[in-house]
Amino acid sequence: MHTYKKIILTFFVLGSAISCTTSSIPQSPKLGQAMSPEELKKIDISIGPDGIGLPVGSGNAKLGAKVYQAKCLSCHGEKGQGKPVDALVGGIGSLSSNKPVRTVGSFWPHASTLFDYTRRAMPLQSPKSLTNNEVYAVSAYILFLNGIISEDYELSNQNLAQIKMPNHDGMIDFSKEKAVVYK
Amino acid sequence: MIKTKSEFQESRSLKEISLESADLASQENRQSESDRRKFMRTSLLALASSPALALADESIQKDFPSWSTTPGKGLNEYGQPSKFEAGIKRGIAKSYGDLAPGTGSARTPIEKLEGIITPSGLHFDRSHNGTPEIDPSKHQLSIHGLVDTPLNFSVQSLLRYPMISRTYFIECAGNSAANIIAPEPIQATAGTLHGLISCSDWTGIPLSVLLKEAGVNPQGKWVLAEGADASGMSRSFPIEKAMDNAMIALYQNGERIRPEQGYPMRLLLPGWEGNMNVKWLRSLKITAGPTHTKDETSKYTDPLANGKARQFTFELGVKSIITKPSGLMKLPNKGFYEISGIAWSGAGKVTRIEISTNGGKDWFDAQIDGPNQPYCLVRFRAPWSWNGEPAFLQSRAIDEKGNVQPTRAAYKANNAVDGRYHNNTIVTWAVLADGSVQNAYL
Repeated sequence: MHTYKKIILTFFVLGSAISCTTSSIPQSPKLGQAMSPEELKKIDISIGPDGIGLPVGSGNAKLGAKVYQAKCLSCHGEKGQGKPVDALVGGIGSLSSNKPVRTVGSFWPHASTLFDYTRRAMPLQSPKSLTNNEVYAVSAYILFLNGIISEDYELSNQNLAQIKMPNHDGMIDFSKEKAVVYK
Repeated sequence: MIKTKSEFQESRSLKEISLESADLASQENRQSESDRRKFMRTSLLALASSPALALADESIQKDFPSWSTTPGKGLNEYGQPSKFEAGIKRGIAKSYGDLAPGTGSARTPIEKLEGIITPSGLHFDRSHNGTPEIDPSKHQLSIHGLVDTPLNFSVQSLLRYPMISRTYFIECAGNSAANIIAPEPIQATAGTLHGLISCSDWTGIPLSVLLKEAGVNPQGKWVLAEGADASGMSRSFPIEKAMDNAMIALYQNGERIRPEQGYPMRLLLPGWEGNMNVKWLRSLKITAGPTHTKDETSKYTDPLANGKARQFTFELGVKSIITKPSGLMKLPNKGFYEISGIAWSGAGKVTRIEISTNGGKDWFDAQIDGPNQPYCLVRFRAPWSWNGEPAFLQSRAIDEKGNVQPTRAAYKANNAVDGRYHNNTIVTWAVLADGSVQNAYL
């Protein structure tokens, strides 16, 4: 009887020891490596509407026209009119009509998106190949063709976030809404 | 004790299995040797007692097809579908033709599949500049921005984390766009029209685990997810979703995630539009607000007739599609058919699917067959007897939040003339008197 109790007790103590060990294993192994400032700089290329993170540099539409001729025209057409791919210019004031034309000029609410997307994704055959000054210049050219800035406006990290796009107030934020239900 | 022939064969195959163990094998040998003798004795007795059978001494081989009378192909390392199913493929639509062969979509042939799991090689693929070939030993996931400690995770280190498996659908926000844009219904298969929907068993790491390790600052309210592909796909989503049920998927249907689905890892935001489930995930940047990237401003927003546009319509609406019968099929004659299809909701579980065979005048309930899980496809079925007269087949899904799949007319009334995203409206298949099935607007 005494031995029997001892065995039970041993099992009980062992059992709790095992379960204690299991529950104390971290579910969060913390295997990430702290990033160095150099690593951060290479990874962090996105630009939001506030312009934070824009690289130092500048460019105007006159220079941008040359970049456009060399790198963009074959897809986006003469002066951003489109064909074979998306038009970049025109349509301002058309959004509430029966034939809305959605381009960078008429539809894109923020100039930061133009810089960010061109730098990361364009030109299609060699994305990320334009220099920062080339991205400023070709962005200035698209904004100039849309009548948003003048031809000699020097677009830079200092002023890009202040450019007010024609459709700046055109978006209704649905991020806090559930799925749209049509009745 | 005399064994039947099948029992006898079973004991022989058991022997083969146990060859690895010499002891077991020898036991089995003795056992089956005695069985075999018993069997032979019985067979010979049967032959001798039947004169007719004894005369017709020929093999049964002529009564079998060739695949039953010759050894099959050897073992292979990675199985493929039967060559007779070679036509089951994704339909490819290139947005810009051969100018950008990797831009566009490969659509799941939903009308040729059953159940709820999409085979990995048939999962739809919507890519914006091709499928990158990523060396996992040179790929990292970086978590940075408004965090205490910016962290890099190697793929190897992520594979060591505690994992979860969940079955989730992914649907492109542009799925079914043609049925809203085209003034007249396009005659095509269900997969061509609605095949930007697929469902897989995903295994990976809850995103909240990694974010807590980096330490999200109180002002960090959004996350920017970015892919390592040539388009640098990037999308913003609220931190609440990240902490709720977002996951980093490393496996799809049991094997490492396919290249077209984001190898070596993709983001999964259950129930939210496909484009946000960023493939080839390389960076998660914690931000104070949305970044307003190209694909959350110029695309995937819902323009309205007044010129404004809804932005960040993340949750996908409740939706269903009849896959059998469906577009371009032909019913050979009147009589019994099973109506079958798929339903899903970005709000959680589908609770009910109703069927109409007369264009929405009368509805009856379909049966949900198999598992019913949140943010996952369900398979529905309903028996139908076609009387040979024209019919209009529709399905209408309802989810656990009470959302009801809307009509095409309701969508058109609430969106700009060129609105095309987030089309979850009721699909109509018209069955003509000759049995042909057509896409129809009602």
